[in-house]
Parts: sequence; structure tokens; C-alpha cells
Amino acid sequence: MAEVTMKVNGKTVTKSVKGNTLMVEFLREELRLTGTHVGCDTSQCGACTIHVNGKQVKACTMFAGEADGAEVSTIEGQAAPDGTLNAIQQAFQDHHGLQCGFCTPGMVMAAASLLKDNPKPTEAEVRHHLEGNICRCTGYHNIVKAIMAASGQDVSGIAAE
Amino acid sequence: MPKDNGIGASPKRREDVRFLTGAGQYTDDINVHGQTYVHFLRSDVAHGTINKIDTAAASEMPGVVRIFTGADFEGVGGLPCGWQVTDKDGNPMKEPAHPVLAQGKVRHVGDPIAAIVAESLEEARNAAEAIELDIDELPAAVDMKAALQAGAPLVHDDLGDNLCYDWQFGTDTETVDKAFAEAAHVTTLELRNNRLVANPMEPRVAVGDYARANDESTLYTTSQNPHVIRLLMGAFVLGIPEHKLRVVAPDVGGGFGTKIFHYAEEAFVTFASRQLNRPVKWTSTRSEAFMSDAHGRDHVTTIQLALDADNNFTALRTDTHANMGAYLSTFASCTPTWLHGTLMAGNYKTPAVQVNVKAVFTNTVPVDAYRGAGRPEATFSLERLVDKAARELGVDPVALRRQNFITQFPYATPVAVEYDTGDYNATMDTLEKMVDRAGFEERRKEAAARGKLRGLGVNCYIEACGIAPSNLVGQLGARAGLYDAATVRVNATGSISVMVGAHSHGQGHETVFPQVVAEMLGIDESMVDIVHGDTSKIPFGMGTYGSRSLAVCGSAMVRATEKIINKAKKIAAHLLEASEGDIELKDGQFSVAGTDKSVAWGDVTLAAYVPHNYPLEDIEPGLEETAFYDPANFTYPSGAYACELEVDPETGKIEIIQFAAADDFGNVVNPMIVEGQVHGGLAQGIGQAMLENCAYDENGQLLSASYMDYAMPRASDVPFYKVDHSNVTPCTHNPLGVKGCGEAGAIGSPPALVNAVLDALNGGGYDVAHIDMPMSPSRVWQAMQG
Repeated sequence: MAEVTMKVNGKTVTKSVKGNTLMVEFLREELRLTGTHVGCDTSQCGACTIHVNGKQVKACTMFAGEADGAEVSTIEGQAAPDGTLNAIQQAFQDHHGLQCGFCTPGMVMAAASLLKDNPKPTEAEVRHHLEGNICRCTGYHNIVKAIMAASGQDVSGIAAE
Repeated sequence: MPKDNGIGASPKRREDVRFLTGAGQYTDDINVHGQTYVHFLRSDVAHGTINKIDTAAASEMPGVVRIFTGADFEGVGGLPCGWQVTDKDGNPMKEPAHPVLAQGKVRHVGDPIAAIVAESLEEARNAAEAIELDIDELPAAVDMKAALQAGAPLVHDDLGDNLCYDWQFGTDTETVDKAFAEAAHVTTLELRNNRLVANPMEPRVAVGDYARANDESTLYTTSQNPHVIRLLMGAFVLGIPEHKLRVVAPDVGGGFGTKIFHYAEEAFVTFASRQLNRPVKWTSTRSEAFMSDAHGRDHVTTIQLALDADNNFTALRTDTHANMGAYLSTFASCTPTWLHGTLMAGNYKTPAVQVNVKAVFTNTVPVDAYRGAGRPEATFSLERLVDKAARELGVDPVALRRQNFITQFPYATPVAVEYDTGDYNATMDTLEKMVDRAGFEERRKEAAARGKLRGLGVNCYIEACGIAPSNLVGQLGARAGLYDAATVRVNATGSISVMVGAHSHGQGHETVFPQVVAEMLGIDESMVDIVHGDTSKIPFGMGTYGSRSLAVCGSAMVRATEKIINKAKKIAAHLLEASEGDIELKDGQFSVAGTDKSVAWGDVTLAAYVPHNYPLEDIEPGLEETAFYDPANFTYPSGAYACELEVDPETGKIEIIQFAAADDFGNVVNPMIVEGQVHGGLAQGIGQAMLENCAYDENGQLLSASYMDYAMPRASDVPFYKVDHSNVTPCTHNPLGVKGCGEAGAIGSPPALVNAVLDALNGGGYDVAHIDMPMSPSRVWQAMQG
């Protein structure tokens, strides 16, 4: 067991964890931040995507101990304290970018990372950035549309025919 | 003008806020105080005799609570099959035992052998490695046709062979043979409908929680139909009466059919929690999902079409082998028969149609319904065949389809169903415009100049949804009714909770269902909430599958709301001192016809619960009504789909240029959600046609058991889709006139993509009759080499 201290969604937490505790287990079981999901065991699906020190990370690919001293952001930290959705979350709702909601936290976190580095991505850039996030419900149409809309681009021409 | 509320509007989904903020409550998010964890030791061979399971050392490992094996389930029921299919000689299908934990033999990779319950998951996994297992590996039955040969390894020794049933349906053999003998042209196609894994992003989870004090069991599980699980598990497996068993399916992260079925793991945690008097939790890994979730499709079919000299279809004959896997999953038997054979006429007025299906046991994971369930297999076979016929005859594939379309409704097919409405030419007209079919040959030339082979594939589809009249399906072998139920509970101040049997796991019921009730009553949608997913709260409904939620459960909700209106009118008549027949309900106000006297919705609901001025001698207080709705027929959504793509002749790689879907779903309650359902279905159909394949080797080893081996569609594999649902022929027999839209995309899209690849190749001078799915670069390239 080792003690780890990190700032999660702006709040400092200190916990004692076993060395083999994955970051995603730490978030879900120790902190009960269950918005970060587990959809596979091979780091392919992206449902556990979070930000560590501002970078997009799959929380199944790191140990909790590796986040000692880090600033961590999860889906639970995205909306304003009064519950107002951020621009990406709002765009996902406005454009029906989610159905069952299971991949959604990872999609929102991945989208935030993309838009931080590339504020006006093309459709191809959005699709390429989502390479590590699998959705089985939406066919990606409305996810891509929502992310482009969140970047301030006009998506009214995108066919829903 | 688009509406901003009620039926036909697209309000933002109310469920989204919790999903977008991480506040959804999926089954794995549920921890019960004092819970234990179970890990299943699963077979790593396809077929074998269990000589010994020695758990002595493992039981002494740290944290182990108890290890269960098949011996602990002797005398306990096996997992039941919900549909009895009768073969062509009138005999019942063979129905092998399906124990919760393997007894004597293992029959597929992933078959659970032992269940280790421990204080932590890590301890359970560690202990599993200490179990001494002695299994004699046996030769495996993997290929379906080989499995039916004499001397093939027997999946179930007591059955004598691997044939579950040999089913024949439709027109008699003599008539069909005569039509083929007299045909001017016969087109024959052999094809495989590739085996798939549904892969909802949330793996299955089950938590069993037993309260000894009142002898009550609760099962939290990832299910599309909690009441079905309660009935099957309670009555047939564990012998727990319904009133002592609560099944909760909270937020469920996608289903696509694979979460319909009753699985061993949920029976296990319920059983073990009673034995141990402690909660037991199981969370599937993705690898476990690949080897324990029921798979989909896996048909091998020979299909033949007879045409006369004028290219009219005169007869159709199919011969299909359908893989059941090692055991019969809950609805495995009806998928290749009643959900497949009955759709084999497609959109065409072919006068003679005969369907033959041999269901085969193999040493593979059980196969059951996956999005579309039988209908994608029927559509793919037929629509590939018609395209092949057009190419052989040198006629336009769309013209050949149009010539043979059913145009008069209702239409009784030779395969037992009666289509109530449809307009297949209308959806085809729309589709041709959506993809600019007229301009395609120019685009093909332009692509050729760039060295690319461009193809346009078109097909149509018909499906049967909203399953179905209970008395009919009972005659066909269903062991359950297929109605659904809704309770509309009006509260004293006028707000409403609607308890529904349907389960929402992505479909947006929490948004859509209130649109209907609010419109009927003329009140704001925010006053109506939906309650679903908990057998202790909802009436006995059959759940969500087969695109049935709105058509069946929504109809029950309409009927219950009508009862509410009838009673509320009686109350309003009393309050207004008027005759009941003169009361009108509009915009949430009850008024007396021809007068300015009215009373508001909230006044009537309050009177129902505070019945001081109330006709107590005539009606009871309160305002709560339940309706069970049993549909009179299936619904028949239909449409036309097209895929335009380019093949790189150097590599065989496909790039989709455009994909269009023109559907007739009948009336549409929420266009935004309908379009989303089609998008998702298209991606799954494109996945089947282009990427996905569940593969076994000849020894029955599962080769595709992770996302590193099974190619799920990614964002960059698919385009923005063009979808249209403006052609509306309302369903004639349900109150909303709706047909269902959940599966259409997955049913209609695979043949369009494959037809497009073949159009590209043949248009580029490559004489290729067929390529089996998925259209991977290597398969396409190899086909081009001749």
C-alpha cells in the first residue's frame, strides 16, 4: 500500500492504495466517481478517458500511483457547480450525440482534449481523434456533429435529411 | 412547421443530463454493503469431458468465501429456451439441458466450470488459478455442415446427433419445384451471414442480494426485460416465486438483443447470494463478453430465385444452416425460423416461397437474436440474390425490384404474414433522389479516371416488428405472451408517473413516452415521467426488443391514458354539473361543449384524491389506470437503402462515399430519436458488411475475443448518413400508427454495401459474382484476382 495525493476535479484527495490499483479502479471504487466507465480490457474502447495534467489519458492504462501529485479531471468535473453543462456537453444534448450513455463520458473528455488543441477541427480530424473511442449506439454521426457544433462551426448543413 | 412539443416534436432528451455528467447509474455502479465478488473459471477448450475439479487448495486461498461447481446445481433447473420450434415432420426440436455451471462436459470456450466467490475480485481470480482441473479434450463440432455428417463429434451425447430441428415453411415442395422447372431463368447464390457479437459498450453485470429476514432476493442486472428475467429465473431455474424476487435493470449501456436473454451468471449470483446470505457481484470483462454473451447471425444459405421470361419472380427457395452454438439460448430457436422464414418474401409478390432451415448444435458460444434477429439474414440473402439476378439478366437492379414490388395492401405472403401497409416505390423514389442515382455513371467515370472503382449498391427491405399477437405466437411455439403493459398514475396535483414494461437502454423512452401522454391530455411534458426497469415498480411487461417499445408498450400506454381520460371526464362532468357526453378535453381543460364552463386538469385530479365533491356512488376515488396491450399483428416497416463507395484496386480497400436510408416507419413521435436509431443501425450493418467477424478455428478456439481482434466500426470508418422518414403509411392496427425503427438500419444496410462492392468490381471489368462478408481489403482483393 502506498499513499497517493492528487487533485481530482479541483479537490485534493489522499488515499492509501495498492500498487497494482489501476487509475480507473481508483476513481470508480475509492472515490466513487462512477462516470468513468470500463468497456474493455485492452485499452481500446475509451470509455474510461480522463484528463491527467491536461492530457487525454485512458484511465485503464495507468496505475493510481502514477497520478500522485497530478491534476485529474473526470466527467463529473465538466459541468459548472450549479449543474450547467459545458459547451461540449450541451452540444451532445442538443445534437443527440448519445444514446445509452455508456461511452459518453469518454467521448466528452476526448472531445474536450481535441478542441483544446484544435479549436476548429474538420470532420476528418474529429473522426481521426475519436480513433480510440468506440460507440455502438450512435453510428458516430451525431457525436461528430456535436463536437463540430461545440467548436462553433455551423452544422446545419450536415445531413439528417 | 416542426412542432416544439408533443407527437412529432424533437425535444432534447431528458436522460442526457445524467449521462453527460457521469451521474448515470449502471449496474456496475451499484455496490451493495458487504458484497462479495465472483469470478468464473471458464473452459479454454471447445469440447471436453470433465474428469475432476479439485477446489480444495483454492478454497484455502486468502479471501475465498466459497467455490461452486456444477455439482452444487444438481437438482436446480437449467437455463430454459423460450420457444418450442416444431420440425417439418411435426416433432419438437431437440432441447438439451443447459446447466448454470458445466456438469460432466464443457461444450464451448467460455463455458463456466466453477464460480469462485471471494471478498475481492482479485482474490477470486487468484484462487481460480489454484483450482486443479482435469479435462479430457474431445474433438469439436465447429463447421455446421460437418457437424451434421455421420461420425461428427456430438455436442450433446444424449441427443444422438447435432441437428436441433429441420424446419420447412411456406409453399409446398411440388408447387415450388414446378415453378423452378418452368422458369425462364434461375439465379442461385450461396452465401454466409457472418457470425457477429453484439458488443453493447457496457459489459454484462449482475449483483445478487438476498435478504434472509424476509426471504427476498433482488437481482440488479443488465437486462432489456427485467420481468422476463424474473419469470424465467424464478419459475424455471431457481424456483423462487415472483413475489419474493425483484429484478432491477437500471441504466443499461446498450443491448442490441444480447441483453434479452437469461444468462447463467445472473442465475448464479441470485442462487449464491441465497446460499451465502451475502450479496454477490459479477462484472463481465470484455473478453468474457466475447465468450459468454450470445452471438448473432451465423447462417450458411443457398437461395434460388425462379423468373419467367418477363423477369417476374415466380418462386423462391432457401436452404439455410443456422448455428445454435452449444446450447439453446432464450430465443435462439425462433430467430432463424419465425423471425427469418416469415420475412423471406421480402418486398416482392413472388407467388411461391419455401424456406428450409436446419438448426445445428456446435461447440461454440450460443447464438441468439442480435439487432434485427433473422430479418437481416432474410434481407441479405434475398437482396443479394435479386442483385445477382439483375446482373445475370442484364437488367437494371432497381427496375427489376420495382417490377416485382407488392403494391396492393393488405398483402398476404406465401410465408404466413400479412403486410398491412407500405409503399415500396415511394421509398425507392426518395432514395434515388437522395443519392442522385441518375448522376452515378458520371461519377463512376470520374472515379475511374482517378484509378478507383466506384460502385452504387441499392436494396430494399421489409421487416416485422412489434412482436406480436400472443395467441398467434403461442401457436408457433412461443412459451410466453408478447403483450406489454403500462400503468398511468396521475398524482393529486396533476403530475403523472407512467410505469412501463418497456426498458430504455439508449432508445430515449424517458423523453418520447411523455410526448405521447402529454399530447393526449394537453398538458406540459414536464408533468410526465416514465418509470421503468424495476419489477417492484412496473406492471408485468415483456420488455424491449424487436423494435416493439412504442408499437406495443406505447399502445398500452395510450390505452391506459384513454382510461384516465374517460374517468377524468366523469369527474369533470360532476364538477361542472354537466352530462359526461358533453365534456371535451383540450389543452388540459375540461369544458362543457357549447358553453364557457370549464375546469382545469389539476382541479379534476385533485378532486380524484380529495373526493369531497365527487360522485363516490358511481366511481372510485383516485386516478390510476393500467392497460395490457396485445397487438393484432406485427408491424411492417420498410424502406430502400443505398451505398456508394470506391474500391482501391491496388489494395481492395473500400471507402464509403455516401450511405442513404429511406424508411417508412409509419407515424414518427420524435424525429430526432428515430434518426439516431437509424444512424446506429446503419453503423452496425456497415460493421457487419465491412469489418466485423466472429471467427473460430477448426478446434473451436475463439479467435476474436477482444477489440484487438474483432473490428468494431470506428468514427473514421463511417460517413455522415443521409436518412429520410418522410414516406409514411401508418400502421393500421395500433393506436399511434407507428411501426418501429430500432432495427431497420441494421437490417437494410449490409446488402447495400455488398451490392455496391460488386457493382464497383463488375463495373470495372472484374467478373465477381459474390464475396462473403465482411468486405475486408484482403477478401475484395482476392476476389479481384479471380
